[in-house]
Amino acid sequence: MGSIELKGVRKSFGAVNIINGVDLRIEDGEFAVFVGPSGCGKSTLLRLIAGLEDLTSGAVEINALDVSDVGPAQRGLAMVFQSYALYPHMSVRNNIAFALKMAKQPPAVIEQKVQKAAGILNLTDYLDRKPRQLSGGQRQRVAIGRAIVREPKAFLFDEPLSNLDAALRVQMRVEIGELHNALKTTMIYVTHDQVEAMTMANKIVVLDKGSVMQVGSPLELYNRPNGLFVAGFIGSPKMNLIRGEAADKRGAATIGVRPEHADISATAGEWRATVKVAEHLGSDTFLHAESDVVGPLTIRLAGEAPIAPGDTIFVTPRQAHVHRFDQDGRRMA
Amino acid sequence: MSARRKLSHRLTMTALAWIVGLLIFFPILWTVLTSFKSELDAFAIPPKFLFFNWTLENYGVVQERSNYIGAATNSILLSIGANLVGLVIAVPAAWSMAFAPTVAIDRRETRVMYAFMAAGIALTILIAWLTSFPLFTSWWGYALLAIIVGLPVISWILTRRTTDVLMWMLSTKMMPGVGVLVPIYLLYRDYHLIDTRLGVGFLLMMVNLPIIIWMLYTYFKEIPVDILEAARMDGASLLNEIIHVLTPMATPGIASTMLLSVILSWNEAFWTLRLTTTHAAPLTFLIAEYSSPEGLFWAKLSAASTLAIAPIIILGWFSQKQLVRGLTFGAVK
Repeated sequence: MGSIELKGVRKSFGAVNIINGVDLRIEDGEFAVFVGPSGCGKSTLLRLIAGLEDLTSGAVEINALDVSDVGPAQRGLAMVFQSYALYPHMSVRNNIAFALKMAKQPPAVIEQKVQKAAGILNLTDYLDRKPRQLSGGQRQRVAIGRAIVREPKAFLFDEPLSNLDAALRVQMRVEIGELHNALKTTMIYVTHDQVEAMTMANKIVVLDKGSVMQVGSPLELYNRPNGLFVAGFIGSPKMNLIRGEAADKRGAATIGVRPEHADISATAGEWRATVKVAEHLGSDTFLHAESDVVGPLTIRLAGEAPIAPGDTIFVTPRQAHVHRFDQDGRRMA
Repeated sequence: MSARRKLSHRLTMTALAWIVGLLIFFPILWTVLTSFKSELDAFAIPPKFLFFNWTLENYGVVQERSNYIGAATNSILLSIGANLVGLVIAVPAAWSMAFAPTVAIDRRETRVMYAFMAAGIALTILIAWLTSFPLFTSWWGYALLAIIVGLPVISWILTRRTTDVLMWMLSTKMMPGVGVLVPIYLLYRDYHLIDTRLGVGFLLMMVNLPIIIWMLYTYFKEIPVDILEAARMDGASLLNEIIHVLTPMATPGIASTMLLSVILSWNEAFWTLRLTTTHAAPLTFLIAEYSSPEGLFWAKLSAASTLAIAPIIILGWFSQKQLVRGLTFGAVK
């Protein structure tokens, strides 16, 4: 069990600053997700917590103990890598047992713990296979098994699902969520996929260019993004960000309207637009429209809607859900 | 039609391969054949290819006149021993170059450091002169000098970029050995290392070390660093990481590196001829005994040569797959 605190963490490679001073607290038992576009420094931040990279300045504390100068082996954290990073020359059993062997646990205890982990992850039949004889999902499970047998203070996941196909990704997402509910261990999960972040996290940390943009629960970020970056990053399809006359009318430099927070009508409304593409998913209909007044708009309608490209629609944002941003891109009250 | 052209193409290629192979192998074949001839037949013009009086006489003479077993033992001990010791040094060296390279140095910081060190040296000498401290006349004066001069030199070496170190090591192979013959000979004479297995073995190890490190470095570069980091996260110490994870994964690479460097040591003639006479004399020395000083005894020279190259040819024969892989590694992917 562990809480993790970052104090003024900075990292630069030569003259390039990757992390520009991050202060962050992750409580014991939390599922924290670092999310951001590629190159935002989220993986580096995770590696700094793991101890795989040295801090340029600042401190990392685990359970209120400064571990900034402690090597990765002594921090008591477990990590699941994007590439799984299984030991190719060892059987699944030995892969899972490696950390326990390094901790010099007695063979009987090791065997018992390996069996238990294999049972949880449905790997019992594969214990004597080599990693190359396993499918992607099974390899992912071995990597997780390797992490859980150590009973670490926290789990670190570095984009663990990005090498899996879409169906398997959804399944593993649920499994990792269940694992967190069962173990109640702190987990830090890095992803560029905001859907993964929204579905799994208690606490989302949105990063951009090496700085924390906003920290909050998924719905806090959805309902009250504190700036343009978070507004544009969280939510799918993306929020419509509109400048100009429509924004001036509401006393803001930019206004944001989520695709699901607008009503359409065939006869009258605030913005007149022409539908360019209509995506019919059954459960939803996505309209990509072009308005003379406010530019391109994305509209999400629940259920099926009989709209075809070329149709003229009138769009009216729901006033309660309009996000207002000032000149610097910050949220206005 | 195309099948026939393919057949003729393959026939040509096969024939060409055989011709080239025989051309390359011919000197060895001729040596082996000559070793079974009488001295008279060995000189015969036109040369006799297969139809001569086959005799084992030369081998008997070689056994009588020189200590083949002794020389072969020395060759085996020197080439294998030197390379095993070399491997113990090269594996950690190649590890650090492949996985923890020094990429960039902050030029400004190092310049400040050098300035301080130079000032320190100057100041020490000045104070020593003013206080008539016996800097150049007593052993502790020398010790102090060694420290104030040695520390900056060592720190300079340690802050070199890895690529520079690699190039420097390669450059030592471009220097002809004869360039350092006199100093090495004098050192060996003063420290009584001439004609000792320890002395010659050490030299062979040093001669091959750059090649061993370079080859291991290229092999290690192919190993995903994630897997080593996973071992670190699993609580493995550096030693355990190298022994249990890196070495097993690099076994093919280490094997072919060893094979190549054993062959190089086996064939090394420049230093072995100059630094040995009897106790540590390997097979190269034995062959040299049969050349010019005692007149040209082609048949006996051939017999000695055949005995000298036989073990390494057999070793190479059984491991040619590994050897080819080792030589072309990194060139084709």
